[in-house]
Amino acid sequence: MNEGAATMRAPAPRPDARRPSGIRVDLRIIADMIEPSSRVLDIGCGDGQLLRYLVQTRNVVGRGIELSQVGVNASVAQGLSVVQGDADSDLSDYPTQAFDYVVLSQTLQATRNPRRVVSELVRIGRKAIISFPNFGFWRVRLRLLFDGRMPKTGALEYEWHETPNIHLCTILDFVDLCDRLGAKVERRISLTSGGRTSLLQRSLHVANLFGEQAVFLVSRPPDAAGATPT
Amino acid sequence: MLQSSRTLGATGAQAHGHTVELGRDVPLKLDCGIKLGPFTVAYQTYGRLNAQKSNAVLVCHALSGDQYVASTHPITGKPGWWHILVGPGRPLDPDRFFIICANVLGGCMGTTGPASINPETGKPCGLTFPVITIADMVRAQAMLLDHLGIPDLFCVIGGSMGGMQTLQWAAMYPERVYAAIPVACAARHSAQNIAFHEVGRQAIMADPEWRGGEYSLHGTTPRAGLAVARMAAHITYLSEAALRRKFGRKLQNRSAFTYGFDADFEVESYLRHQGITFVERFDANSYLYITRAMDYFDMSADQRGGLAKVFHDTKVRFCLVSFTSDWLFTTSEMREIVHALNAVAADVSFVEIETDKGHDAFLLDEPELHATLSGFLNAAADRRGISPATAVREASR
Repeated sequence: MNEGAATMRAPAPRPDARRPSGIRVDLRIIADMIEPSSRVLDIGCGDGQLLRYLVQTRNVVGRGIELSQVGVNASVAQGLSVVQGDADSDLSDYPTQAFDYVVLSQTLQATRNPRRVVSELVRIGRKAIISFPNFGFWRVRLRLLFDGRMPKTGALEYEWHETPNIHLCTILDFVDLCDRLGAKVERRISLTSGGRTSLLQRSLHVANLFGEQAVFLVSRPPDAAGATPT
Repeated sequence: MLQSSRTLGATGAQAHGHTVELGRDVPLKLDCGIKLGPFTVAYQTYGRLNAQKSNAVLVCHALSGDQYVASTHPITGKPGWWHILVGPGRPLDPDRFFIICANVLGGCMGTTGPASINPETGKPCGLTFPVITIADMVRAQAMLLDHLGIPDLFCVIGGSMGGMQTLQWAAMYPERVYAAIPVACAARHSAQNIAFHEVGRQAIMADPEWRGGEYSLHGTTPRAGLAVARMAAHITYLSEAALRRKFGRKLQNRSAFTYGFDADFEVESYLRHQGITFVERFDANSYLYITRAMDYFDMSADQRGGLAKVFHDTKVRFCLVSFTSDWLFTTSEMREIVHALNAVAADVSFVEIETDKGHDAFLLDEPELHATLSGFLNAAADRRGISPATAVREASR
């Protein structure tokens, strides 16, 4: 709470004017993409940090899916609507266009079938917001080039033999996947190591080199909105 | 304003708590086609219905439960079966909610059932009592709410057969249910569970003292049969891990085998005790009828399009809870309900709680269960504008 209060100019903000503090930078960027009062499904919602933030500050109708029992229990104990489930197997249950936004933050790289997951995201939601660690980041490239070892960075902290990240990709790779699926990239934001929005956004190749993480807002073209995913 | 004492003594005229006669003018039409009425429902309440009538919670009990959810049981003298969850400072706080728990139709704790006297013959109904279903139980509960002047429920909650009733409430009266918490149950009774129930029923009916269901006319009761039924059922409420942890192969007050059929093992002695004490408080014919009601339970049986169709467009907020070691009502069965609710984009939470205590976990002190229920109930109650318990306590100070 203190962090949020510090940014306020008013000396003593009303409690309801304060923003929940400590929200991850990439989650803040995702939250800023979401229109108030919309219906949001957060897949891999962890302990419900983003959902809680969205419910409190954006007045959204929020739902979550989380794989870990600890995360689900923590979310439900806070009054959030979260089910235990798996992005790989449980998305097919949801009806088409049931949500305004479907969020998949820092989870895509851990799914078994990212292509199917992304196609489900743009089927279930009018828009999908996807964030992932960018494997095209210069430090990742250098680590492999000069050390000859599997890269470990701030966004990719695991040893190769214990990582849950089985489908890593670069920003360029993800843009390719969207093209294949006929999904339209509406916004693309790359983040620096410090978690700030990178100043080098415009060129895809430059963003791919200097972005440690990426956040994409994608949608399905209107003509394909009702189509079954491939 | 409805109010009741928080605890009800074990003695006195109110042996079954409150009772009410329902269905005198309009009888209850049972699934089997018979019209039942008038009939009696025995129930307990805790807390106070607020002025907006928005804080009523219906607790549905399981097969061997009754209305004494949080009061001392009049026969056993034990605390209520869910006193861990219902009480001041607990997830279901009587200072916030008006909590109702009624003995199910077909039960034997004051509600009309096979032990009730048929006014035409002056004898107990026995097997002439109509076979009832989970939906019939719920219809009777709805009539009780009408009688109490409660238009809709803030929440329906129950475990096991109570969870079945909870699901049935949400399906049959969605406009009367704001939130539903089905715990450790399923949308249909599995073949394995029907099989176990059949073992129990056969044990009762094989007891010569059962006498075709007319044991009370002969001043007897099928004690052995009912005890065996309870013993078999009780195994299904536990888990292998829990049995091993609690008993292992430990011997009962002895250091060697007796080379006979005495209860040498602690686990045998425990089961025998469960069987014997159950006979004291439960009617054998009620056991037949209630197990039958569970066997018939299948929410999607007469719905083309399956379970999702049952909950189409539902506005009910669901919170489902299962337990990892429950093999009677498994997580995968609960997940089927979650899938159906997701398919209609319902507001649903689903928590699986890690425990080795088996199906019985829903009755035990499981902190994760309490945290889940408190979080869900309080968030939903806040949204519905129900005053918090602390505010109620301060106002009444």
